[in-house]
Amino acid sequence: MKRWQFLAPLALFAVLLGFLAVGLNLNPREVPSPLIGKPAPAFELARLDDPAQKITHADLKGQVWILNVWASWCVACRQEHPLLVDFAKRNPVPLYGLNYKDKRDDGLAWLRRFGDPYKASLFDIDGRVGIDFGVYGVPETFVIDKQGVIRFKQIGPVTPEVLRDQIEPLLKQLNA
Amino acid sequence: MPKVLLALLALCLAAAVHAADAPLTAADPELEAKMLRISAELRCLVCQNQTIADSNAELAVDLRNQVRDMLRQGQSQQQIIEYMTARYGDFVLYRPPMTGATFLLWFGPAVLMVGGLAALALVLRRRSRLGNEHFDPEELEDLAGPATVTPAVKTEK
Repeated sequence: MKRWQFLAPLALFAVLLGFLAVGLNLNPREVPSPLIGKPAPAFELARLDDPAQKITHADLKGQVWILNVWASWCVACRQEHPLLVDFAKRNPVPLYGLNYKDKRDDGLAWLRRFGDPYKASLFDIDGRVGIDFGVYGVPETFVIDKQGVIRFKQIGPVTPEVLRDQIEPLLKQLNA
Repeated sequence: MPKVLLALLALCLAAAVHAADAPLTAADPELEAKMLRISAELRCLVCQNQTIADSNAELAVDLRNQVRDMLRQGQSQQQIIEYMTARYGDFVLYRPPMTGATFLLWFGPAVLMVGGLAALALVLRRRSRLGNEHFDPEELEDLAGPATVTPAVKTEK
């Protein structure tokens, strides 16, 4: 026993190394949202394409829907956008956009240029609704169930893997 | 000294905020000070190692405005902190709350220090009980044998 005592510091070091290795492999950008499993926040916002027409959270109740937070100034949004366009084409689940802290003309021009997969885009000019949704990095994507409860949140661009392995199975399950 | 620095920082920030909406800041420096005090407790999620009082990221500016608005509506610090954690989670708190999961975070360093001191005390006590024969100077010489012998040989030449 005594002979091996000198190895104790090494063992401690190995434990510390283990902690550091795990810590380094966590993504600090992915902050778990406390909103998952909670009702989506209330909102009332004008449509991006029609300032006179308002959409509220109540209008969307009773269906499974997706909220995608985007902006014309957001580079990563451009990356995920083709995926959303494709998704909207082959999927009946309504996709709503939250146009976050954008200029109306810029947002509309962006949709004209890259395609508009959204049933409607909500115009959140001051980012207040974004704050209510805990948005801190655009793009973000939420899946909201029939009861209006947030079931999933993706921070950063949606990837084909996330869409295939997480979002689509969840949609199927929620709509079953 | 840290207080002076903090005050300086607050001044700089007050100036920065001042630029954003000047009339309101000038009208109520007390509210502004309170807003900064609360903001200093909240983490900016875009630049994660800064508070929203320190950060000039757009989200931080928005959240400062939110804090200011809520204060103006007469909400307490407690209510504002709750509002933020409801949206961004405990992560938004610069001082994490004491829970089972953060126990190690709060007390780990103290536990390590106490453990280290205890180990040191143990070793020292054991050594103080050892007889003199355990500290035989000849033994040391034996260990350092070749190193001491070689120069001795050389000087003889």
